[in-house]
Amino acid sequence: MHAVRGVSLEIARGEFVALMGASGSGKSTLMNILGCLDRPTSGRYVLDDADVSGLDRDRLADIRNRKIGFVFQNFNLLPRTSARENVELPLLYNPQRLTNAQLREKADRVLASVGLAGREDHHPSQLSGGQQQRVAIARALINDPEMVLADEPTGNLDSRTSIEIMGIFQQLNERGITIVMVTHEQDIASYAQRNVVMRDGIVLSDRIVTQRFAAEAELEKAARSTSEEG
Amino acid sequence: MRVGSTFNVAFRALRRNKLRSVLTALGIIIGVGAVIAMVGIGNGAKAQVEAQIASLGQNVILIFSGSTTSSGIRTGWGGAGTLKIEDAEAIRREVPGVVGVSEEVVSTTQVAAGNQNWFTRIYGESADYFDIRQWPLANGAPFTAQDVRSANKVCVVGRTTATQIYGNEDPVGQILRIKEVPFTITGVLTPKGLSPQGVDQDDIVIMPYTSAMKRVIGGTNLRNINVQIGDARQVEAAQQQIIALLRQRHNIRPGRDDDFTVRNQQEIAEAATATSRVMTLLLGAIAGVSLVVGGIGIMNIMLVSVTERTREIGVRMAVGAHGNDILMQFLIEAVTLSSVGGVIGIVCGIGASRILSAYAHWPTLISLSSILIAFLFSAAVGVFFGFYPARQAAALDPIEALRYE
Repeated sequence: MHAVRGVSLEIARGEFVALMGASGSGKSTLMNILGCLDRPTSGRYVLDDADVSGLDRDRLADIRNRKIGFVFQNFNLLPRTSARENVELPLLYNPQRLTNAQLREKADRVLASVGLAGREDHHPSQLSGGQQQRVAIARALINDPEMVLADEPTGNLDSRTSIEIMGIFQQLNERGITIVMVTHEQDIASYAQRNVVMRDGIVLSDRIVTQRFAAEAELEKAARSTSEEG
Repeated sequence: MRVGSTFNVAFRALRRNKLRSVLTALGIIIGVGAVIAMVGIGNGAKAQVEAQIASLGQNVILIFSGSTTSSGIRTGWGGAGTLKIEDAEAIRREVPGVVGVSEEVVSTTQVAAGNQNWFTRIYGESADYFDIRQWPLANGAPFTAQDVRSANKVCVVGRTTATQIYGNEDPVGQILRIKEVPFTITGVLTPKGLSPQGVDQDDIVIMPYTSAMKRVIGGTNLRNINVQIGDARQVEAAQQQIIALLRQRHNIRPGRDDDFTVRNQQEIAEAATATSRVMTLLLGAIAGVSLVVGGIGIMNIMLVSVTERTREIGVRMAVGAHGNDILMQFLIEAVTLSSVGGVIGIVCGIGASRILSAYAHWPTLISLSSILIAFLFSAAVGVFFGFYPARQAAALDPIEALRYE
């Protein structure tokens, strides 16, 4: 029984891909392989021109540290730990040694870039869901990754906050970062450039999004409709 | 591997669960504290015994009349009158390395002065005795070799006897009646305290052995002879020569038992300290058990901690932590708990033994080596009991760990 079989997928640098499919379709397994958390039992995974399918645990950990940023549905922030310390976490496992002051400076800059300036010392319990997800995104960005992997990043967020998060993703994508995002919501998938749908371990459809949403415009639209209602 | 940040991470984790960390460390604190205090008490007792043995004098050989196995009849030390004054003189004359010899006779009797009287021990000795026992006088002068030759009616008294008879008065020059014979007191001894057997060594009157034989005790037999050797390396040889000399003088044929018993101070010391060494070991072992229990407490809490923080471990692995990083993190946590507990335990143990010394008057002795061993042992407990939970954590699969509820 293979969760994923015969999938041949090429994702170019700078793409924004939404991966869709029902549960059991194999998208989680595919994400785990893309994220170097799991190795394919057969087949190859070439990341950044290098075959990583045969690497051992520690080499995969190094690749995750340097090239991949993770964003999870449930944020997975360390509890009772400040936003800054959460963001610093991947730097602690980076071979490049930074002083405490450098760590702090870098974490604060990335936090500011996702709109969390002034919240550096807040613990996750003191932050809203959207803010927690921004901390998680900052953590994913701290090592300047090639690719951000997001697993249902809006699954625990309300629709307005979801659009805000998509806005951040679109900005990152414009800066050249590759984004692969699992979602089961069609409208969230519409913020991506390309939608890949899976079923029973194979790719069912792979198409370019023609009517792509722009987060800024959607937010304005949402703001207008609320004020009309009010 | 980023050692500094791993330490940071471990300390942060411990600070997040302050009460739990303190309680877990408490197991080690009690264990180490108990070991330090118990070994301190044992070593203190041993040191006290050793000091008392040393108060016998340096390089001393004791010869007792009678033998523990003489002709199958156990007469005990000093039991049979086989040692003569001539034996002592022969030793003084013929055994090389001898610096002092004291013929000893012992009795107990009533002594009196004015309207005071006191029941005390009478020791007859030679003038060498005070050097052999390293027992200086607090006041006055010892009797002389001339006093011994002439069997003069002079004596020195111990502090206890002096206090009982004369109170705060200076006894030097006073007359002490012993068995109705008047003796002039020439000096008062410095206090020596209790002997290893718990006898008050200061409850004593010491006089020339000649005077004791002639005027107080009677008889011509010595209870024992105290011999001091100048060089510690010559003690063994001198002991053999004394045995050979006495066997010859007593006409003991080869194959027959000695009619005397020779002991050197080293043998007496070894016998006495063996007991206290066993006690120290026993106390230390009992206390060590509580240290092991403390270690199990650490292991238990570390296992709980690994389970609780499975998601955290998953996140750390996802962002690039190696298995070793996770192993080190949890190992450092365990070792920090145990060694901080160890340091506090050492302080508590020292405090406890100080209190015991002050209020129960137990002698305690805490050596630097026992502190170092206790600290290293507590750190080792952390490594030993922390390793299994840390390895469990390091072996987690990041995907499973991230999904853990």
